[in-house]
Amino acid sequence: MTREAVFEQEFPVKGGDFSRAGNVSWEIRNLLKELGLSSSVVLRAAIATYEAEMNIIMYAWEGRLLLSVVPGRVHVVVEDSGPGIEDIELAMTEGYSTATPEMRELGFGAGMGLANIKKNSDAFSITSNVGSGTRLELTFLTNGHRT
Amino acid sequence: MLTLRRIMMALEGDLLTPGMDLETECSQFFASDLMSDVLAFISPGSLLLTGLVNSHVIRTARLVEVKAVVLVQGKRPEIQVINEARECHVPIIATGCPMFEACSRVSHSSSENKR
Repeated sequence: MTREAVFEQEFPVKGGDFSRAGNVSWEIRNLLKELGLSSSVVLRAAIATYEAEMNIIMYAWEGRLLLSVVPGRVHVVVEDSGPGIEDIELAMTEGYSTATPEMRELGFGAGMGLANIKKNSDAFSITSNVGSGTRLELTFLTNGHRT
Repeated sequence: MLTLRRIMMALEGDLLTPGMDLETECSQFFASDLMSDVLAFISPGSLLLTGLVNSHVIRTARLVEVKAVVLVQGKRPEIQVINEARECHVPIIATGCPMFEACSRVSHSSSENKR
């Protein structure tokens, strides 16, 4: 656990496992709720982590979400082993998607995921290596003020 | 505000998750088959109308705190989807109305209610 973290937990996510999709973000949502964070922060974190979880399931081989809660903020690191993203700017564009027809049949792959993660976060960063994987860092401020 | 009971009557729908509170009130409505759009654009506490009947609808609905899911076009989910909805306390209403008709009826009821 990092020095200032009051709560820290790692959640593994298996690529391609649609049957468990949404479980990690639901657990994170419930944990943040139990910690007494505002409903707005809980909702934004839940939506962003759900999108991130779905991205691992749809596009990566495996990954994990690392949640840490520190005074004033919630921090989530999302790391996956997967094909990576060649053009991050393009991938961040609303509507751009490389989803398969099967993913679309489930109601996903509309090309909103990364943009929606960014929209719901107070701070967002993404790095990716083609052929290796993608890493996101998300921060949610818990003091009620969005940057 | 419309109660789920009123919405169900307007849609001539069936409640697939018995025992849930039909006096719950809704004032916002969102229709989509794309859960990506639901996650991006819905307001929490809305009624969700959709033609999609898989478990991801329920998982998305619980996350964005929808008041109920309306399944249009006579579509019926498999029993495990209904069970998941019951566990998550997400009411499911099924209607034979196509999407446009369902939206139109809910909108009409909402307007009537405001008069």
